[in-house]
Amino acid sequence: MSGSDLIMYEEEFSRIDDELQRLYVQTNAKVVFLVDKNGQLIASAGETRDIDTTSLASLTAGNIAATGGIARLLGEKEFTILFHEGEKDNIHISLIGQRVILVVIFDKRSSLGLVRLRVKKASEALVKIFNDITTKSEKEKSVDSFDESPFAEISDEDIDNLFR
Amino acid sequence: MSFINYSSREINCKIVYYGPGLCGKTTNLQYVYKKTNPDQKGKLISLATETERTLFFDFLPLALGDIKGFKVRFHLYTVPGQVFYAASRKLILKGVDGVVFVADSQIERMEANIESLEDLRINLGEQGYDLDKLPYTVQYNKRDLPNVAPVDSMNKLLNPRNVPHFEGIAVTGPGVFETLKNVAKQVLIELKKHY
Ligand SMILES: Nc1nc2c(ncn2[C@@H]2O[C@H](COP(=O)(O)OP(=O)(O)O)[C@@H](O)[C@H]2O)c(=O)[nH]1
Ligand SMILES: [Mg+2]
Repeated sequence: MSGSDLIMYEEEFSRIDDELQRLYVQTNAKVVFLVDKNGQLIASAGETRDIDTTSLASLTAGNIAATGGIARLLGEKEFTILFHEGEKDNIHISLIGQRVILVVIFDKRSSLGLVRLRVKKASEALVKIFNDITTKSEKEKSVDSFDESPFAEISDEDIDNLFR
Repeated sequence: MSFINYSSREINCKIVYYGPGLCGKTTNLQYVYKKTNPDQKGKLISLATETERTLFFDFLPLALGDIKGFKVRFHLYTVPGQVFYAASRKLILKGVDGVVFVADSQIERMEANIESLEDLRINLGEQGYDLDKLPYTVQYNKRDLPNVAPVDSMNKLLNPRNVPHFEGIAVTGPGVFETLKNVAKQVLIELKKHY
């Protein structure tokens, strides 16, 4: 596996959660969520009950990847912000620190200007958190002090049980 | 790149089904979808053209169960096979944890299988991956058809390293879960090595 595996710890996860909650409240959004570039949902805030967040995460990442491909064809590095306007709902997608994607879904209770402004603030905070995560997981790896690792003792039986 | 969340106690892994156009990648996912309990699967998403050819990718999230208190999720993707979708194929390989190569067993598709396999190596290479080091399983699909090449000779041709390989009939199911289970197992064993 590549060195870019994302490992999320309790402490950073709750910092991310706080940041998303704050953004959700400040923008008056419907839903806010964070996805890694490979399409896996990291965290969310807001009215997620009626939304298929897993599919949304994968498609958002596909969207960013596709526009990234277009950008490279045009000699741009990457488009960092995407905005889609619907009849009722709008979706604001931004790439953060080259590695995670922040998505805000909002309706007329909010506005693009407000979302933009707050997303910018939140991005800075999130970049910092992800840098901390990277530092932390590198440290954990090098000292090999992962006493909590659930994988060390995976047995063939555990794996077979998954497919019962 | 697997995503391990110690806070919500989840592990997410990405498995990509690769192979030439019409070899049965989408059919594999459709069968898995059909046979999985509703509480274990998300929606099967297909970004397809009007003629049902995969345009960008198919996506199926599976939550199979727990290992040591961690919820294990596999995200299955397929790539579009046609030559002119090369750019999309590259994108989908990003962050892959395990690869299934689905080969079309029909004799007249051998050329296409070889080409697709070379394409896979090159595209993985561009992302910094080496197929020989990734969890990797091969499926010889469409074994129900009359004009198929013998498995032995396909294996010599497409699988010189002799990685785990299975015969498949994705339309009716034989081999589909064997293949998935095998690659999933390799992915988890790989995780075990690293964490
Ligand atoms: N006879 C037979 N047909 C198959 C099998 N698997 C897939 N097909 C058919 O092959 C065609 C292409 O399959 P599809 O899954 O769309 O291919 P993809 O391009 O690899 O996604 C469809 O008409 C399938 O029904 C198989 O095992 N046997
Ligand atoms: Mg397809």
